[in-house]
Amino acid sequence: MSGIIGRKVGMTSLYNEDGKMMPCTVIEAGPCVVTQLRTEEVDGYEAVQLGYEDKKESHSNKAEIGHFKKAKTAAKRFLAEFKEFDSQLEMGEEVTVDIFEEGEFVDVRGKSKGKGFQGVVKRHGFGGVGQRTHGQHNRERAPGSIGAASYPSRVFKGMRMAGQTGNKFVKVTNLQVLKVNKEKNMIIVKGSIPGANGSVVVIEK
Amino acid sequence: MNPKIKEALADAESANQLPDFKAGDTITVHYKIKEGNKERVQPYQGVVLQRKGTGATGTFTVRKMSGGIGIERIFNVGSPFIDHIVVNKVGVVRRSRIFYLRGRRGKAARIKEKQR
Repeated sequence: MSGIIGRKVGMTSLYNEDGKMMPCTVIEAGPCVVTQLRTEEVDGYEAVQLGYEDKKESHSNKAEIGHFKKAKTAAKRFLAEFKEFDSQLEMGEEVTVDIFEEGEFVDVRGKSKGKGFQGVVKRHGFGGVGQRTHGQHNRERAPGSIGAASYPSRVFKGMRMAGQTGNKFVKVTNLQVLKVNKEKNMIIVKGSIPGANGSVVVIEK
Repeated sequence: MNPKIKEALADAESANQLPDFKAGDTITVHYKIKEGNKERVQPYQGVVLQRKGTGATGTFTVRKMSGGIGIERIFNVGSPFIDHIVVNKVGVVRRSRIFYLRGRRGKAARIKEKQR
């Protein structure tokens, strides 16, 4: 699985050959640097660690500086690991968007927009009561029954209830790559991706 | 539009060069229509009610009277089906969205033309 780290720029639209409008997302990705090679002997698994976006050395602690010194690069703000990278990489090698080709399908993961504590209608798509009148009082968006009574005398685990919505890592799979621009480090994928504009995302294939 | 998005689309052939027009203008949209394998251009003339959105995601609404019945059509600014657009009249209106035109007929539905 190859991949790259980037930031979501925003959404726009492109047109396909039939003239149909396609919603698409622009991502500014890479160039990333290989900061560590995980090996079977040392770490127990094979992986490639990539770093994205420079940060000041004064913003990193000594452990971080030492880690990046091994790869002979500046301190990086974001790190991500990829198992079974398609190509053999060396420490300090650059990875750019040209690992992706136009037309192929990628997965994008990132942190979704936080919605706060939400009820079951918004969080799980419950229908609500559906009626305002006929004695509904104030229970229009209530979840209803959460189980039977004396048997089982408990609420089953995983029962869908109200709670924190969004602000968690989400992966969107099978997004088609529409354009790859190596000079500007931009990639355009069809469809939407998690997170607000400017949030960090990882693109994998 | 975010300048970075503009940058990303710079090389895209989406550069649909449309003339400047706003709500209240009368325009003719020459729209390509596919019939089987043939393609022909159909003109659609009417008053622009509104422009929405920016860049490639923008749309505009054109209203015309056809046999006493009002027809409104929404076009995408970046649509490859738009052959070209001709601005016939530049109208003088005070608002950017002239939905009040829907309730008017005949003489009341006229729009003052800009004197050049």
